[in-house]
Amino acid sequence: MREIDVKLITEKVRDLCMEANTDLGEDVLEAFDRAIQKEESPLGVEILKELKENARIARDERVAICQDTGFAVVFIELGQDVHLVGRGLKEAIFEGVRQGYRDGYLRKSICHPFTRANTGDNTPAIIHTEIVHGDQVKITVAPKGGGSENMSRVVMLTPSDGIEGIKRYVVQRVKESGSNPCPPTIVGVGIGGTFELAAFLAKKSLLRPLGSQNPDVELDQLEFDILTEINKLGIGPQGLGGRTTSLAVHILMMPCHIASFPLAVNIQCHAQRHKEVVI
Amino acid sequence: MTEPIRLKTPLSDEDVGKLKIGDRILLNGVIYTGRDAAHKRLYDLLKEGKEFPFDIRGQIIYYVGPTPARPGQVFGSAGPTTSYRMDAYAPALIEKGLKGMIGKGMRSDAVKEAMKKHQAVYFAATGGAGALLAKKVKKAEVVAYEDLGPEAIRRLEVEDLPVIVINDVRGNDLYIEGERKYHKD
Repeated sequence: MREIDVKLITEKVRDLCMEANTDLGEDVLEAFDRAIQKEESPLGVEILKELKENARIARDERVAICQDTGFAVVFIELGQDVHLVGRGLKEAIFEGVRQGYRDGYLRKSICHPFTRANTGDNTPAIIHTEIVHGDQVKITVAPKGGGSENMSRVVMLTPSDGIEGIKRYVVQRVKESGSNPCPPTIVGVGIGGTFELAAFLAKKSLLRPLGSQNPDVELDQLEFDILTEINKLGIGPQGLGGRTTSLAVHILMMPCHIASFPLAVNIQCHAQRHKEVVI
Repeated sequence: MTEPIRLKTPLSDEDVGKLKIGDRILLNGVIYTGRDAAHKRLYDLLKEGKEFPFDIRGQIIYYVGPTPARPGQVFGSAGPTTSYRMDAYAPALIEKGLKGMIGKGMRSDAVKEAMKKHQAVYFAATGGAGALLAKKVKKAEVVAYEDLGPEAIRRLEVEDLPVIVINDVRGNDLYIEGERKYHKD
């Protein structure tokens, strides 16, 4: 049994909130470069270059990549041989978010659904906890912007819809989203499970590095097929027309009920921000 | 691709009449910020027949909720938010003399009609390029609704703020035209 003081978790969450919002991953920057090579629209190329320049400024000057610094979505993989000491884990994470959004000059974007009154410190955070083997804690902070989240959907298809039904729905969702979610997007797809698990899988799939292969050969092919169809739509960078509507499609799948065929599409803007640490 | 056009605010009918979809514009002068909550308040003032906290005639509203500025920074990260949420309010503001809006994403038919009827345009700034766009803001002050935090109405002085004309006064739409041009069956 290994003891970890949750103060350390607060500190790490604070740092990850600031890092994720200012330092865009190399995988995303490389995806921009690949897109610049393929993009046919001159305006589209300009936009992609602007996004690279924006990422450089954000990193050099430690300012937010995007003013929408998002809902703080925190994934915790907690080793079963870890004993957390101090206050509750949830409070420790919230405190980390509070400090990170204050000290990092990040926008507080969380409000009461009816009154729209801002909570003032970007809490609550969304926490997904998984108990895993071992004596370590992995923390991932993935700030999620509202514009792309608003274009996301969960749908309960019927088993007879099949793989074609999935392709049709995902491509249609991207088409209808148009310029709203800040293309080029990354399209997270969750297949199977239950209503809420499909959405979780779609969200979690976004954490996979851009440019990496899906370990499941069949899903890897499906990702390629859907991406090809999406990039025929012509929406392009920022919706101004072009080849690069999405940078990637990521899929996670699990078994589902014999009566069901759940599908979730979680749209992610080009500012695909996430940082992780293992303690 | 043509060179960007420098445009100074406030805008006249003649200024906006010359603009066409796809034009790259560098905006200079004063613009105002406003998004969801501020729009609702302006709309309520209008319904009650009260005055706005600023003269909207000839002006541009930028749909943005910035991050707090760091010490030494004039303005925090400031990219556009998605515009359709302001569609319910925009036609009334255009009727009052608003000449331009900056945001991202497609507008409703009602907004496009109002732009045609009252000579106004819709620009897009690059969504998610908040760090880059912030550098174009040279001065910023809150003019109304400070309690709304990032959603307060601010008066900005901008230099060469890069935007693209999405909807012109003739009813053209770059989102529709752009997608049509690059669509493959």
